Amino acid sequence: MINQIQRIGERSVNFVTQLGVAGLMLMSALFSKPNWKFLRLVGRQVHNLGVLSLPIILVAGLFIGMVLGLQGYNVLVSYGAEQSLGTMVALSLLRELGPVVTALLFAGRAGSALTAEVGLMKATEQISSMEMMAVDPFKRIIAPRFWAGVLSMPVLAFMFSLIAIWGGSFVGVDWKGIDSGGFWSVMQASVDVHQDIFYGFIKSTVFAFVIVWVALYNGYYAKPSSAGISEATTRTVVNASLLVLALDFILTILMYG
Amino acid sequence: MTEKKLHLAVGSFVLAGCFALVLLVVQVAGFSFTQDQGSYTLKAKFDNIGGLKVRSPVKLGGVVVGRVEAISLDAKSYTPVVTLRMDQQYGFYPETSSLAILTAGLLGEQFIGLRPGFMDDDIELLGEGDFIDDTKSALVLEDLIGQFLFSIQDNSKE
Amino acid sequence: MGQLVQIRDMSFAREQRILFDNLNLDIAQGKITAILGPSGIGKTTLLKLIGGQLTPSSGDILFSGESVCRAKRAQLYQMRRKMGLLFQSGALFPELTVFENVAFPLREHTQLTEPVLQTLVRMKLESVGLRGAEQLMATELSGGMGRRVALARATALDPELMMYDEPFAGQDPISMGVLLKLIRDLNQSLGLTSIVVSHDVTEVLEIADYVYVLADKTIIAQGTADEIKSNQDPRLVQFINGLPNGPVPFHYPASDFLKDLATQ
Repeated sequence: MINQIQRIGERSVNFVTQLGVAGLMLMSALFSKPNWKFLRLVGRQVHNLGVLSLPIILVAGLFIGMVLGLQGYNVLVSYGAEQSLGTMVALSLLRELGPVVTALLFAGRAGSALTAEVGLMKATEQISSMEMMAVDPFKRIIAPRFWAGVLSMPVLAFMFSLIAIWGGSFVGVDWKGIDSGGFWSVMQASVDVHQDIFYGFIKSTVFAFVIVWVALYNGYYAKPSSAGISEATTRTVVNASLLVLALDFILTILMYG
Repeated sequence: MTEKKLHLAVGSFVLAGCFALVLLVVQVAGFSFTQDQGSYTLKAKFDNIGGLKVRSPVKLGGVVVGRVEAISLDAKSYTPVVTLRMDQQYGFYPETSSLAILTAGLLGEQFIGLRPGFMDDDIELLGEGDFIDDTKSALVLEDLIGQFLFSIQDNSKE
Repeated sequence: MGQLVQIRDMSFAREQRILFDNLNLDIAQGKITAILGPSGIGKTTLLKLIGGQLTPSSGDILFSGESVCRAKRAQLYQMRRKMGLLFQSGALFPELTVFENVAFPLREHTQLTEPVLQTLVRMKLESVGLRGAEQLMATELSGGMGRRVALARATALDPELMMYDEPFAGQDPISMGVLLKLIRDLNQSLGLTSIVVSHDVTEVLEIADYVYVLADKTIIAQGTADEIKSNQDPRLVQFINGLPNGPVPFHYPASDFLKDLATQ
């Protein structure tokens, strides 16, 4: 009994310590003076995290949009309300699926890659040697990756929503024969720039923040061995995905009550 | 990958993102940039607003001329007060105008129908914050059925 | 001749295990100082302590008179510009070419124009004899070549102090000879101060001006190479001559094996 309480205590102390370390890392990454050299590094990481994630995001978006269109049509047509398909597809994508599914894919594609990359840099002493060359790895390695992730994710989420809505209209309008004027105008009447698009943007930015943070922390403090890195990569995907889903619930409460 | 190719890829990525955002705003949300010509608010009391929501449209002959901005309850008279934000580009309406809460189709969304009143010399135009007095509440299906049954009973007695 | 690095009453422990206990050590300016000792004694840790990557549990480490342990982050990074560390693994950036690897610290710390930078990098590569390999990827290099490139990179900013972590480990005789010559030549031509951490006794004694031998958490012998060779301390004799048994037992501490068998 006492042992168990002791273990709980030990775990919580460890957890708080980890949180503190992760916070410190984030701080020193955030408060670095940007200059041209830094922007170039960010650009390179936008390529690694954003551009290279684009194919999976677009393909997934297209399929999710088409499935949403088909399932929605089948339900709505029995109420004679198939005109509302556009609204249903657009709102569910902009408010929920766009940010959340993009975040989950991003955690799997870019988050795991980040953890593995940084973990390997640590394990092969590249980070240590950088420190000895008087180059701060937080500023040279962590910060550009962090900002690139936070920049890329919303862009990916927009593209995901856009192509998914197109996929929904493809199924609804071109295949099932909903009047295209009705499809779009009903959608336009109910989608709001502030309530739907802007809130979706906020969500995806918050998710990006969390995913990149978790990924970089796990990579930087991974055990320097192959087993340690693989464990850290798994932990990144699991932790980031769960955090995204939990945060989504909280944000949805705050935004839509 | 050379530096130039990388810059090209990143540049197109960012541009595509902006393009996607603009397309979402214009095509999906139906936002038009020319619309912003100012607006004013009108208020109206209804006995029953039914399923009216914030952002429901105000239509005049099928054209959206404004939207519901807020719904509140007048605590003294226990009547709902609806605040409407009207687009200025369609001009102002005489104080004899009337509002009715209508339904689009059988199960559709509810909206406010605006019927402009007659103009005369001593009739003024409605301005910022004015109340429209002539309102017709939403039809409530249960009340309708009740009335219907009542009238059948009346008929059968005669 | 001053002391570039001074270690004062320094203790360091990691996970309950004490690695150093009240260590005192001086590194003379302009000389090659060797730190010898069996593996697992914390020689690499000592270099990381001097570089400020680890903090001692007590005591102090001074680098040209300034404390490494109490320095603020910014100060520490200023100090590190004057230090170079050759990692045992080389720790080159695998996604960069040899040229870019050596150019890395210059690009980070200086605003040199591209032609000047190219000349400088080629000079550094020439000094380790690898100017011809500048377009190879770091992953294409053999172990010895990689270590030479890492050496060129570590000296790119013309440091005052060069630290070598096991520079001869796992090298064939030829590259060992090359590295020995490089360490000696660099020390003379650049006016460096060098610390060589190693367990390759004969090679190190060839080039070292002063030698410390570490064992049992502290220094067991120090002096010039000749003094070390003639020292009669049994622990030292065992280490220098590579005897399998002596004061340092062949067996890791354990209970008596026969007794163990009997009780089973």
